[in-house]
Amino acid sequence: MGMKKKSRSVLSGVHFLSGDLACAEGAIAAGCRFFGGYPITPATEIAERMARRMPEVEGIYVQMEDEIGAIAAVIGASYAGKKAMTATSGPGFSLMQENIGLAVMTEAPLVIVDIMRGGPSTGQPTMPGQQDVMQAKWGSHGDYEIIALTPSSVQEMFDLTIECFNLSEIYRVPVMLLADEIIGHMWERVEIPPAKEIATINRKKPDVSPNEYLPFKPDQNLVPPMACFGEGYHFHATGLTHDETGTPKTVSIEEQSKLVKRLCEKIRKNVDKIVKVEEVMLEDADVAVLAYGITSRAALSAVRKARSIGIKAGLLRLITIWPFPEKLVANIAQQVQAIIVPEMNCGQLVREVERAAKTTAVSLLSKLGEDPHRPIEIVKALRKVTK
Amino acid sequence: MRVEVRFAGFGGQGIIRSGLILSMAACIFSDKNAVQTQSYGPESRGGSCKSEVVISDGEIDFPRVYEPDILVIMSQEAYSRHVKNPKKGAIILVDPNMVAERNDPNNAKIYEIPATEIAGKMGKKIIANVVMLGALTEISHIVDPEAMKNAILQNVPKGTEDLNMAAFEKGAEYGRNVSMQRSAKTLS
Repeated sequence: MGMKKKSRSVLSGVHFLSGDLACAEGAIAAGCRFFGGYPITPATEIAERMARRMPEVEGIYVQMEDEIGAIAAVIGASYAGKKAMTATSGPGFSLMQENIGLAVMTEAPLVIVDIMRGGPSTGQPTMPGQQDVMQAKWGSHGDYEIIALTPSSVQEMFDLTIECFNLSEIYRVPVMLLADEIIGHMWERVEIPPAKEIATINRKKPDVSPNEYLPFKPDQNLVPPMACFGEGYHFHATGLTHDETGTPKTVSIEEQSKLVKRLCEKIRKNVDKIVKVEEVMLEDADVAVLAYGITSRAALSAVRKARSIGIKAGLLRLITIWPFPEKLVANIAQQVQAIIVPEMNCGQLVREVERAAKTTAVSLLSKLGEDPHRPIEIVKALRKVTK
Repeated sequence: MRVEVRFAGFGGQGIIRSGLILSMAACIFSDKNAVQTQSYGPESRGGSCKSEVVISDGEIDFPRVYEPDILVIMSQEAYSRHVKNPKKGAIILVDPNMVAERNDPNNAKIYEIPATEIAGKMGKKIIANVVMLGALTEISHIVDPEAMKNAILQNVPKGTEDLNMAAFEKGAEYGRNVSMQRSAKTLS
């Protein structure tokens, strides 16, 4: 063992991969050594790759009885000190929601990949959608914050999966990679850098002895250092409201307020550090397209076409959709006459855009089914609002 | 320069694999960018299926194909659905034995490639897609034969390399012949 196995964890070099496969490789490069899953189109290829790759890197792949079990196993693995992940699609994501709440409450760092297909229910298994955007944020009950990233290329399926792990380790929160079926199943060139060039972050460990350790006492960043089971720190983790020792506090007004606010604040206070976007030709733009995932590729093509016919259009591509980059969108809204939001749903993230844009006109371009917006459809919309 | 290619047929014909091979030939074994996307039904095998490839010297923003420069048609349903309004001058390869009813548009260049029959004669119908790739390479010159062959070898099961190379050559030969016939016709 040793060197040979280690060298298999980062497959440095140029590859031609699908989004799903690149995601699995990103996870392994980030240090993921546990995958708990249940196969579902269009995320099955991630499970397949992990089933083959985990044994090569001394990791564990467990196929569970369903998605409820899958996320439960991932929470357990996270508490046992592993970087852990699951991958699913809409119907499985629905089943996971209850335990996503448990992961939020117990502050288990983990990554959930949702390759979005057409919903609701079993919907269209092999077709793309962006219909789980609100579910990612609000799917479990109670107040909480999570982080969700949206890749728009196969390279980003690799890069952002690593980013998901890093963010989950920093903030002790479930982090979601929300990709659509097209990005998951698309094949493209991917460059996997040398292992030493990949920045990976590990959860902060306690710097006190087991006797002094308070498992839910936050640091300055509002995140508690995490001892893992088996490391000699004995404590209780629960879905019930708890104090800094981890003891349930089921009637205390003070503890409920303190805990729930901290779970939200640890993300809200760090929005500027978390949020990533790509701005294209926005400097002098009169009109902006805001898009994410596959629709952002149509939007990029549309913005270029619009520029070629004299429309000063720009693109704001969201890489982070949760927490929503409200400030950034508000700033751009002040500069442009209108914002166009193409989404492969009946209008989800557009509501957040409207909220941030205040008086600036925001219009939704909705699309359902097999294909994303054609660039020309977005160009037409740009023409209309700039007339 | 952006070239758009669509393969269409039914699940099980190697439609998606064909797109993958072409895009790898362009991206890994030539000096180009390529993206492959796909669309199929939940039944996977037997249902209608398409695979789209965009090849470019530069960055590829939008990965889907709406006006293919090259179409490869391997079923009746694919023909009926995708050959209606082709781009002017598009190259269309049709497996004539898989498409009974045709109404060929006159603004495109149609090539009949009996890939399934050729593959059947070689003892394995399943390699019809590789025969088609051979013909496609010779007719369109979209990638070099060497690049295509390397990409095929990366995508076929161990032990079937010789058979697949033979299928490629048969298709390439057929493609060369129909190409020459067409240019002869144009000259005369």
